[in-house]
Parts: sequence; C-alpha cells; structure tokens
Amino acid sequence: MTEAANFEKETAGSVTEAPAMLELVDLQVFYGAIQALKGINVTVRQGEVVALLGANGAGKTTTLRTISGLLQPRHGEVRLGGERIDGVPSHKVVELGIGQSPEGRRVFPVMTVLENLEMGAYRFKGVPKDDLERVLDLFPRLAERRTQLAGTLSGGEQQMLAIGRALMGRPNLLLLDEPSMGLAPLIVQQIFEIIKEINDQGTTVLLVEQNASQALQLADRGYVLETGAIVMEDDASALLSDPRVRAAYLGEGAA
Amino acid sequence: MNLFHNFWDYFIPGLTTGSMYAVIAIGYTLVYGVLQLINFAHSEVFMMGGFGSLVVLSELAPQSPHGFTSVVWVIVGMIAGALVGALTAFGLEKAAYKPLRKRNAPKLVFLISAIGASFFLYNLAGKLWGRNPVPMPELYTNGEVFSVFGTPVKITQLIIIGSAVAMMIGLDLVVNRTKMGAGIRAVAQDAETAGLMGVDIDKIISRTFIIGGLLGGAAGFLYGFGISGQVWFTVGFLPGIKAFAAAVLGGIGNIRGAMLGGLLLGIVENLSSPLFGTQWIDVTAFVVLILVLMFRPTGIMGERLGRSA
Ligand SMILES: Nc1ncnc2c1ncn2[C@@H]1O[C@H](COP(=O)(O)OP(=O)(O)O)[C@@H](O)[C@H]1O
Ligand SMILES: [Mg+2]
Repeated sequence: MTEAANFEKETAGSVTEAPAMLELVDLQVFYGAIQALKGINVTVRQGEVVALLGANGAGKTTTLRTISGLLQPRHGEVRLGGERIDGVPSHKVVELGIGQSPEGRRVFPVMTVLENLEMGAYRFKGVPKDDLERVLDLFPRLAERRTQLAGTLSGGEQQMLAIGRALMGRPNLLLLDEPSMGLAPLIVQQIFEIIKEINDQGTTVLLVEQNASQALQLADRGYVLETGAIVMEDDASALLSDPRVRAAYLGEGAA
Repeated sequence: MNLFHNFWDYFIPGLTTGSMYAVIAIGYTLVYGVLQLINFAHSEVFMMGGFGSLVVLSELAPQSPHGFTSVVWVIVGMIAGALVGALTAFGLEKAAYKPLRKRNAPKLVFLISAIGASFFLYNLAGKLWGRNPVPMPELYTNGEVFSVFGTPVKITQLIIIGSAVAMMIGLDLVVNRTKMGAGIRAVAQDAETAGLMGVDIDKIISRTFIIGGLLGGAAGFLYGFGISGQVWFTVGFLPGIKAFAAAVLGGIGNIRGAMLGGLLLGIVENLSSPLFGTQWIDVTAFVVLILVLMFRPTGIMGERLGRSA
C-alpha cells in the first residue's frame, strides 16, 4: 500500500483532512478474459476534485462504470463513506448520491432538454423546482433550449445537458467521463468553469480526462492510469509540473 | 364491384379491423422499443384474452342481454380479456425472455424462445378449449345504429372503433405524460443511461409487457365479440401477423406509427377486396407493406422511440 506515503505527500493540501468519500481498493475488472483494471487504489475525499488521467483504453471509463454499478469487479472493493457498494445495481447507486455524466454524453435524443433534466430527477417523487432552477442558472444555454429535442443540440450543449441531468439527482459525488471530448477549446473552457462552480457549491467531483492540462488546473489531486494500473498519483500542481506527465499527456517532447 | 359506389361499405369494416390491428400493433412496438425484440408470442396474448373473456362471459353473462345490461357485459368482457392478456404477457416475459436477458443471450435465441412460447400457448389453449372454434356469447343483437352515406354502421363496429380509440388515447397519455411513460421512453432510447438515472429497467420492461398485454387481451375480446364471433386456438395467427406488419409499416418502435399503420392496413385491405376479390385481402396487406418499405425502410413514421444511432 502506498497510502502512508501519500499521506505525507499530501499534508500540505487544503482538503487532505476531509474524510474519504469514495475508495477503490485493489479493484480488478475483467471483460471476459481481458483484464481492464489490474488492482487500482483510488481515494476521493469530501469536497475534492480528483482527476483520473490516461490515454485511450487505459481503463478510465471502466473505473467509472464499476463505481456506478454497471460493471462488477472480480476482485477488490468500491466503498462509499466506508460502506461497500460494489454489487449494488446501477439504479440503486444513484440513490446513494452518485451522479454520472457518461462518456459520449448519452442524452436521451428524442426527449426535450426539460424532459432529460426531469429524467435526472427520476429518483425523486416530483421534480424539485430548486434543483431545476439551479441547473438552468448554471447552464443558461439549456434554459433557452428547454423545449428543443436533445438529439438536435450541439455537442457542447449536450455535454452541459448531461452534467445538468446528473446534478438533478442531487449527487454528493459527481462522476464526469471526458466532458471535453470533441469540443472546441472555448466550450471546454466554459464547461470546466462550471465544473469548478459545481465543486464550489459543495459537490465532490471525480473527473476523467484525456485533456490533462485542463483537468489538472482544476483538480486538487490526480491519478494517472496506464493499461489498467495507476502509475502516478500526486497533487495536481505536482503532476502538472512532472516531466513524465508533461511528456506523455501534455504533448511536450518525446516520452 | 364498384368501389366508389360502395366506398363506405368497405371503409367502415376496414376501419373496424384496422383499429384492432392498431391496438395489437402497439404491443409489438412497445416491446420492440424497450428490448429491440419482436415478441412473436404476442398473437397468443391476443388469443388468451379472447378465451379469457369468453370463459368469463359464458360463466357469468345472462342469455341475450340487451340495453344497459349489454353495455355492462361488454365492459366486463373487455376487462376480463385485458387482465388475462396482461397476465399472459407478464408470465411470458418472466418465463421466456427474462432468463435469456440475464444471461445476455444473442438476439436469435430470443426469437426462438418467442416462437416456442407461441407454440406452447396455442397448444395449451387447444388442450383446454378444444381445437374447434368456440362461439363468443352474444351480447348484442347486431342492430344498426346510424348510417354513413347510406351504409349501416353496426353497434359492434361502433363499440370496437370507440374502445380502440379510447385505448390508443389512453396509452398515448400514459407514455407521454406519466413518469412511468418517461421511464419507458428513456429505456427505449438508452437503457443503460436510464439505469444511471435511477430507472429500474427490469420493472419498466415488465410493465411494458403488462401494458401491451392489457391492450392485446382487450383486442382479443373485441375481435371475438364483434368481428369473428368466435374464438379458437389459432385465432391470434392472422391478426397477429397483420398487426406486426402494421407496426413495421408505421415504423417499429414508434407508438403513433403503429396506430397509423394498423388503421391504414385495415382500411387498405378492405378497400382492395372489391378491386381484386376478397380472397386477395391478406396478400394486399403484405404487398402494401413491401411497397412502403421499399421507399421508406424505417416505416412511415420512422423508429422514433428507438436509438437514434
Ligand atoms: N465492452 C468491452 N468489451 C471488451 N473490452 C472492453 C470493453 N470496454 C472496454 N474494453 C477494453 O478495456 C480497456 C479499457 O477501456 P476503457 O475503460 O473504455 O478505457 P478509457 O475510458 O480509458 O479509454 C480497453 O483495452 C478496452 O479495449
Ligand atoms: Mg473512456
């Protein structure tokens, strides 16, 4: 275990003292005979933004899908507030306060923007007005397009809708799978600012990204995943200046 | 054989059969929407609804009721048919499809299971009620109520069309205005993501079968009551395959498409009978289907509930 080492390294960080919210313990996930996660350990503390970085195929999406109950680990544990949640079906995981904006956004294409947001609040009896107002405040673009079919939105708008929809479930922990994928730099900038705002309002964020530089500027800490194993973990600022990270993920020089 | 002279003589029966096709077609299209599966045993849900109502009415209904009593027994028959249909569809999903779903079986296996379940159900009906047609208790002496351009419209036709329209409006409201309906649409568009929103997919699938079964079973009663006058173990075959064609015609997975496809198919096949002769009715229906699919492969209204990709 590297936890003792981490602890020393991170005592300088502002949220280090906060209790662990999510813990992945020696998590191993397989697709048939192929092992996608080779025993990873990840901790997300209350109030943090944690970045999970890695190239295409590293296992980032697999990690998020295992947390939200879409995949079952063959070995290891997913703990939320100290309780094991691996084995809990996905429609129950959302009730534990985990929201997800999946890879590729996955908005419901022939539902309106408003209906998509209402789906996000499916676990509640009605649609809480406050949450809807909050989301439409965060994303004024969605407010303008509330009666438009989601399938006809631009990529950036769909990403906003996917995040807004996840927020409608009132998550304590928000999982974001590559929110910058395929978007213009200006839109990416906007979306990352909103993620920061969401975090400032009290939601813990686990941010999966290939866009390492953007993600690390926003995050408190980061993990680097390579072919199913964690190869680096540190404060975001330390990772941002690490020559290996710069070479492999920020496109500087040869690896 | 003058179509234009006798237009309404063929249009009214066409609308009647068409509204039956429409109600049955909804069952095919709903299940296709959530599971991308053609439930070929749906014709047996229809048949069981017919027998269920027949049994209840034979046991309970008085001899040749009239007036208000007739209305009451029509309602009883429809409810009995709907409940037996729903129960059959519910059991069908639990026994024939859910175990396959849990094992991630390939699509072809579902199809074979559907055909097997269909065989089982109609042979069970043959065993229980014999292989000869059983007459449905008569609830109305088939009187004329009013006439459209000189064509008498029978009260049974009026009841069938009226109940079908009511069921279609009701279904449309349930799917588009209720939370369960939103769950059904979400599962149809992206089941996994619906799960992430807290939708219990198993529950939604089960309810989708129940809704399709309610409609299919009620249609089974209406068909025996006002169209065939009798029910037999393979009564579901032809209406089932026509309704399936109607669902494809309208755009499989699309609920309003199924309604439109059903009505259109019933009307077209009936209007064709004075042109080509009654014996060609079933052929016409499928020729129309093929012609439409040649020009619009996703049906008239497209796969609206289904995945967009
Ligand atoms: N459904 C699947 N079946 C088989 N292998 C898969 C499946 N999904 C992902 N994989 C494999 O698992 C590994 C990790 O994939 P993924 O978690 O999607 O990576 P990332 O999100 O980091 O790009 C890859 O090698 C990928 O090919
Ligand atoms: Mg991925």
